[in-house]
Amino acid sequence: MEKRVQVSPPLTRGPSAFIPENEVMQANGLDERTNLLVEEYSTSGRLDNITQVMSIHTQYLESFLRSQFYMLRMDGPLPLPYRHYIAIMAAARHQCSYLINMHVDEFLKTGGIAEWLNGLEYIPQRLKNLNEINKLLAHRPWLITKEHIQKLVKTGENNWSLPELVHAVVLLAHYHALASFVFGSGINPERDPDTSNGVRLIAVNNFCVCDLANDNNIENASLTSSNFGIADSLSELEALMERMKRLQEDKEDEEASQEEMDTRFEKEKKESLLVISGAFDDEIVSTDVSRYVEDPGFGYKDFARRGEDHLPTFRAQDYTWENHGFSLVNRLYSDIGHLLDEKFRMVYNLTYNTMATHEDVDTTTLRRALFNYVHCMYGIRYDDYDYGEVNQLLERSLKVYIKTVTCYPERTTKRMYDSYWRQFKHSEKVHVNLLLMEARMQAELLYALRAITRHLT
Amino acid sequence: MDENLLATAATNGVVVTWNLGKPSRNKQDQLFTEHKRTVNKVCFHPTEVYMLLSGSQDGYMKCFDLRKKDSVSTFSGQSESVRDVQFSIRDYFTFAATFENGNVQLWDIRRPDRYERMFTAHNGPVFCCDWHPEDRGWLATGGRDKMVKVWDMNTTRAKEIYCVQTIASVARVKWRPECKHHIATCSMMVDHNIYVWDVRRPFIPSAMFEEHKDVTTGIVWRHLHDPYFLLSGSKDSTLYQHIFKDASQPIDRANPEGLCYSLYGDLAFAAKESLISSDSNRKPYIGDRRHPIFFKRKLDPTEQFEYISSSSALSVFETDVESGSMDWFVHTAKQYALAGRPLAELCDHNAKVAKGLDRNQVAQTWTMLRIIYSSLGTVSSTNLNHSMGKGSTTLPLMNSFNLKDIPSGLGSESRLDRSKGESRTENILMDSSSTLINNEDNEETEGSDVPADYLLGDVEADEDDLYMMDHENPHAEEQEYSLPQEAFPLRHEIVDNPSALDHLQDKADSPHVSGNEAETVSLTPVESFSLISISHSLYENRLPSDFFNPIVRDTLLFYAEQGDVQTAVSVLIVLGDRIRKEIDEQTQEHWYTSYIDLLQRFQLWNISNEVIKLSTCRAINCLNQASTTLHINCSNCKRPMSNRGWICDRCRQCASMCAVCHHVVKGLFVWCQGCSHGGHLQHIMKWLETSSHCPAGCGHLCEYT
Repeated sequence: MEKRVQVSPPLTRGPSAFIPENEVMQANGLDERTNLLVEEYSTSGRLDNITQVMSIHTQYLESFLRSQFYMLRMDGPLPLPYRHYIAIMAAARHQCSYLINMHVDEFLKTGGIAEWLNGLEYIPQRLKNLNEINKLLAHRPWLITKEHIQKLVKTGENNWSLPELVHAVVLLAHYHALASFVFGSGINPERDPDTSNGVRLIAVNNFCVCDLANDNNIENASLTSSNFGIADSLSELEALMERMKRLQEDKEDEEASQEEMDTRFEKEKKESLLVISGAFDDEIVSTDVSRYVEDPGFGYKDFARRGEDHLPTFRAQDYTWENHGFSLVNRLYSDIGHLLDEKFRMVYNLTYNTMATHEDVDTTTLRRALFNYVHCMYGIRYDDYDYGEVNQLLERSLKVYIKTVTCYPERTTKRMYDSYWRQFKHSEKVHVNLLLMEARMQAELLYALRAITRHLT
Repeated sequence: MDENLLATAATNGVVVTWNLGKPSRNKQDQLFTEHKRTVNKVCFHPTEVYMLLSGSQDGYMKCFDLRKKDSVSTFSGQSESVRDVQFSIRDYFTFAATFENGNVQLWDIRRPDRYERMFTAHNGPVFCCDWHPEDRGWLATGGRDKMVKVWDMNTTRAKEIYCVQTIASVARVKWRPECKHHIATCSMMVDHNIYVWDVRRPFIPSAMFEEHKDVTTGIVWRHLHDPYFLLSGSKDSTLYQHIFKDASQPIDRANPEGLCYSLYGDLAFAAKESLISSDSNRKPYIGDRRHPIFFKRKLDPTEQFEYISSSSALSVFETDVESGSMDWFVHTAKQYALAGRPLAELCDHNAKVAKGLDRNQVAQTWTMLRIIYSSLGTVSSTNLNHSMGKGSTTLPLMNSFNLKDIPSGLGSESRLDRSKGESRTENILMDSSSTLINNEDNEETEGSDVPADYLLGDVEADEDDLYMMDHENPHAEEQEYSLPQEAFPLRHEIVDNPSALDHLQDKADSPHVSGNEAETVSLTPVESFSLISISHSLYENRLPSDFFNPIVRDTLLFYAEQGDVQTAVSVLIVLGDRIRKEIDEQTQEHWYTSYIDLLQRFQLWNISNEVIKLSTCRAINCLNQASTTLHINCSNCKRPMSNRGWICDRCRQCASMCAVCHHVVKGLFVWCQGCSHGGHLQHIMKWLETSSHCPAGCGHLCEYT
């Protein structure tokens, strides 16, 4: 009966529904890239679509794979099946069945108890306790307090040790962020022969293909209004470059006062409120996914909600990744700090000095704007950043995309993906996705690690 | 120097100077907004009042002249964030800058175009540095990698002369004035204490201030020439002035003596030198060869401050080879069979092994186990007889002497003395058995106690049997129903030897009958045993089939308690599910880990692996799944191969060529550990079937097993 459901064929045969296959496959530095892919294939025995899409950015892919490999397969505080189950729980928060399927297989392969896959009621209480923090991390990380940590680690039958908890938190953050990437880049389901029969494939297609490619008939006001022609977008690109140049050159000209900077951050924060990606009342969550989710109604609520201003801004300098986050993570789960550090550094510094058709462009400001804008939506503020830049550099359709991908990745559509930066190459858009993903992961980690630090002191 | 001048750096990139001498409420003096990112550090020139240096996240260092509005010069660190800048105290023009990527650069203030020197000091960001106030070449750096390093900059290449490992990333370092080797540190995370180290003694801080409740953010010695006052600020919103004599000295709390046993019974002992020397006139133990004493590095006694002697002496005592020999352990480990055969065979085999090593008690245990758990009733009576009768010199037997040979006058006191340790436990066992018997006896014949019963038999003639029975007693209480079986065939050829299986069935079906049967059987051989036998058979009536589990458990616990985890673990593995549930997981895990640890110390890797594999504990099983990475080096350039298994990145050569077919091997690669040649598994197998030499022609005699 289930098998009769007609599944619309994927639009593209490649790894991504958004990006034409040949775009993924043609790349610069082909040799190095092939080597990397061969290596990945030989270690993991597969080459999933994520890897293929990411391989556009070979340098990054390497550090991504290394850290992912470390947290999933190398020595660590958590047993292997636990790690995959946590990945499933994390991905389920965003209904990312692509990741879920992948880790269901891995979970079983590493000797996980098949019964757990029936849903959250079947797992040990210890894992169940992780639900709360998973939920918060995924949607509103700023709500995590040291009480949450205390509850998890306080001695008892189902307590978590700190290293285990840190491992779990790293996994959760990684998979939340990866879900953003999967939806943001429209990763297609794997064409794995053994998953292609039966219910699972249907579920997969329901999500990754129908939802994304068919665009789900969303009429989005902000999107429809932004139907520029090609000519428009060309001038748009020129304008963007012009603004970037101006920002870089005469920054000192207009020195804003501290108060002015404060208001700019607040404004940006508030403005992110207005960026809404359409109403999704009719969210159909397949049972395949929902059984891993507790309290599915819990979603991202804007950090800066009008009327409730009591949430304190996270001042980035008080708890930075480089100084504090790293030290804590590395202390409790050795070596992951270095891998994550390298990954963050890599993604932040990655550039080819190109923008669309232009070469030799310094994209630092743009990258920084993207990174900081994501943090801004999570309420993290950099004292040394002028949030006016965000407004100048990031156009509205891009903001919509960013917000959707980081906060509600499951609602991303191809139209959103297409509507911003029309002149830019796909590889550049993937680069954007990488930035968003890592910024999000770092934001989640910072909140979680800060709570752990507070618990410790 | 101007006492009223203060400079601050802000997270938004502003450098502000304040003049406390200003009459107005606003003390702000100058404002520099040249940095684009957070400014991490500002530093005044030690002699020039108006010269201020700043280092920022944006990768630039700027030198300001406070008399001017703008910076005088800008130094670029090539877009790496600057974490600390420090003017050299002695060298007028030099300053050091530390970077987030682990580098330290030395600059000449007159040359903003290029740094003078650069070296990598740490893995990860270098958070701080400090020039030594006296020794002009010394620079201390502290990093996220939890190290404090002291560099000698006098040589052309910066040389690391001291290294102190702390427990958290180092946020600040400050040399202690007037103390050449002392340095104070505080950390950025987790650890709130301030430590003062003697860099020559890097393993234990010489002083420690524990006042702060949150992370210490800054430390400074109060006066340039006063080593006793330290100021510190912290995130807990307090500012402390520490007086040095208040500091706690971890050395006082540290254990100054170390003692360790080696595998082979050698003993190493380290203690303060003074203790050792006073001790040396004492007579060493007989049989111990005393080794020369090794001295650790002696410190410079001219040191003027709180010099704490850190020299200690290490002595090694060797015990003679005989007494401490652990050969039996190794042999047993090697010869025990733990799986792969029926239980009975395993037990027999292991019993034989134990007996072969003169460990009769263990051998007995194995035999018992076999009888208890293997339901086949074919007890090889000869074997039993053998094992028990012969072991007249072993401890259990001596104990049986101990208990009841007093009347018979077969004293073996000398031996008893030697086996004091064991006799204790044996006695306990005996006691328990006798109480057990006594209890049951109450029903049958009142008041008859065990020794008396024994005396009924003809002690002289049946010595062997008596001992044997008696020796059984420790286990007798464990194996009531088996006792008749194994005991009686010894002397008489009993026609009707009830098999254990029958017994069990009998028990289940008609307890009465079986009771009778056992009774009759047991009564036949020797009268003296009858009481015990009867009581056993009575007991038997009510027994569930796995009644013995608690007793076997006690046996295992007993062995483990004795320090013989080998037996405990081996039995555990052999019995598997039969006994597993009886013993709680943690104890099992504990035994396993101790046994595995022992095996590994004796380098019995294969056996330890087998044990890990056979163990049913999850925690133990996991051991084999961890650390499964295999690191390989390129066969050409001997460098580690990072990426692929078959092509070396450095020398661009295929590293793993098959020595037989000369193709690259992808997939299963087998190689000789002797000459490191190898190739396709199939090819090598085939080759070595016909030839014993290495296919590469190196002349090595490869083995393939």
